[in-house]
Amino acid sequence: MAASSRAQVLRLYRALLRESQGFTAYGYRTYAIRRIRDAFRENKHLKDSEEIQTLVNKARTNLEIIHRQVTIGQLYSTQKLVIESPENTEII
Amino acid sequence: MLLLLRRVATLRGARGLAGAPARRLSGAARRHEKKGLGEESTLRPLYMDVQATTPLDPRVLDSMLPYLMHYYGNPHSRTHAYGWESESAMERARQQVASLIGADPREIIFTSGATESNNLAIKGVARFYKSRKKHIITTQTEHKCVLDSCRYLEAEGFRVTYLPVKRNGLIDLKELEDALQPDTSLVSIMTVNNEIGVKQPISDIGQICSSRKVFFHTDAAQAVGKIPMDVNDMKIDLMSISGHKIYGPKGVGAIYIRRRPRVRLEPLQSGGGQERGMRSGTVPTPLAVGLGAACEVSQQEMEYDYKRISVLADRLITKIMTEIPDVVMNGDPEHHYPGCINLSFAYVEGESLLMALKDVALSSGSACTSASLEPSYVLRAIGTDEDLAHSSIRFGIGRFTTEEEVDYTVQKCIQHVKRLREMRFEPPGQQNPPLTLATTSSQVTGSTYGTIIENTPWNPGGRVLIRYCLLPRQLLNYLALQRGYMLRSVRRHPPR
Repeated sequence: MAASSRAQVLRLYRALLRESQGFTAYGYRTYAIRRIRDAFRENKHLKDSEEIQTLVNKARTNLEIIHRQVTIGQLYSTQKLVIESPENTEII
Repeated sequence: MLLLLRRVATLRGARGLAGAPARRLSGAARRHEKKGLGEESTLRPLYMDVQATTPLDPRVLDSMLPYLMHYYGNPHSRTHAYGWESESAMERARQQVASLIGADPREIIFTSGATESNNLAIKGVARFYKSRKKHIITTQTEHKCVLDSCRYLEAEGFRVTYLPVKRNGLIDLKELEDALQPDTSLVSIMTVNNEIGVKQPISDIGQICSSRKVFFHTDAAQAVGKIPMDVNDMKIDLMSISGHKIYGPKGVGAIYIRRRPRVRLEPLQSGGGQERGMRSGTVPTPLAVGLGAACEVSQQEMEYDYKRISVLADRLITKIMTEIPDVVMNGDPEHHYPGCINLSFAYVEGESLLMALKDVALSSGSACTSASLEPSYVLRAIGTDEDLAHSSIRFGIGRFTTEEEVDYTVQKCIQHVKRLREMRFEPPGQQNPPLTLATTSSQVTGSTYGTIIENTPWNPGGRVLIRYCLLPRQLLNYLALQRGYMLRSVRRHPPR
């Protein structure tokens, strides 16, 4: 169906990843990026358009949730974790 | 050159590690953000203590916020829309909690946390059936609230059997069967231990209890949402759920109370009869909604999280154990929830290691007992030697733990363990050898307890610092002098 074409899904994927970069909390940011990537990778073989549509709608809801939570996180942001400091980049 | 690199790094930090531009913020937020970067020298430690509590999942906070801001009605108000919408949210949350454990929504009661649920289950069931049934069975490794409730009931005239655990932390099913008596009303055994991560054979225990017509309560605070739990498959009659262990809010929990066959209990809290009369008091709608959302998210993410946490746990254990010798993992390695790892590092004092690992938030045991003098009673119950019990650290891996955090923790842990072990083994002739007073005093008083007298590097000249002492000061002084030491100070609290 044209409604959830490959281009649309990819656009959604990119939007989700881009939005998730805005999380100020290290744990939330890494979790969101990792989970989005793994979820899209897991479902990339799906063919049934209805199933795809359900997942696309779920992704759209999640995009809104991420946007809201990113905004709130930025309003109440705090210091970074030790692991995010450039001095500790020997690990990363 | 280094300065230039550092400045660039800070600028990159302003845009997030991946380099994407931050959201456009209002003036106030931008000022707040600028203040939050580079100004303060303290960076926050990594969080590896998920058994103590977990961060809120963003999806949970998102579901809670409308009920904290706009839909603030009391769910028990029957006469207006504010009450109706709160009530429907509360019922939806109840359904979410119920579907996670395979229960009916009518069997879920919201409480203030797993502690209240445990109290309600144990005291409530015991007191309701006290005319005919006076015996309760639990284990030695239960959470403090369960053990304390049982102690309280003993004072009321009940008999309690505290089952011992094997060296691997599991109970012996044969011992449980033998302990069951005709007047046993309740068996309470936790699913996943919060200190050593051991998973008890709940299905087998449920089978035994249902065949002997004894109610089975399990404290599933650490297990719900992390491993599949079904109250009907496992024949569980009562179950305690905690919100803040499954990425939900603090201050809320739930208790599952079976309806078929009906489990009756005497309520602890009297009042307006809310929650089917079992727990009076206004149900906190935002917290209940948060708990429901946390349960729903956990149900969806359980498989993914479990797989990931297992991989990270293996990584942590393998890396530590291959790098440094004399490390013991407490608890059965097979019947084990991977996200809770309790390691004992021989020849290292647990607190010194925790203080050295200041960049990582870890714990050496349960948060409830960390203020006390004694080593963890759970470790004592599984038969750990006293000195190993003092040198145990609990690593917690959760949904938001990354591989980098695990690697960092492992690296720092190995580094400090090696350093502390080197400090302990001084060249001969300089220090007096370490002395364990426990054996000496057991000859004197005939009792065993955990007392270690060590020569620490900060006590030169043969004087000794005594910790975790249960002996009277005079007797200690006498014994120390006998061995040629001088009693310098007795610390009553672990150093901060």
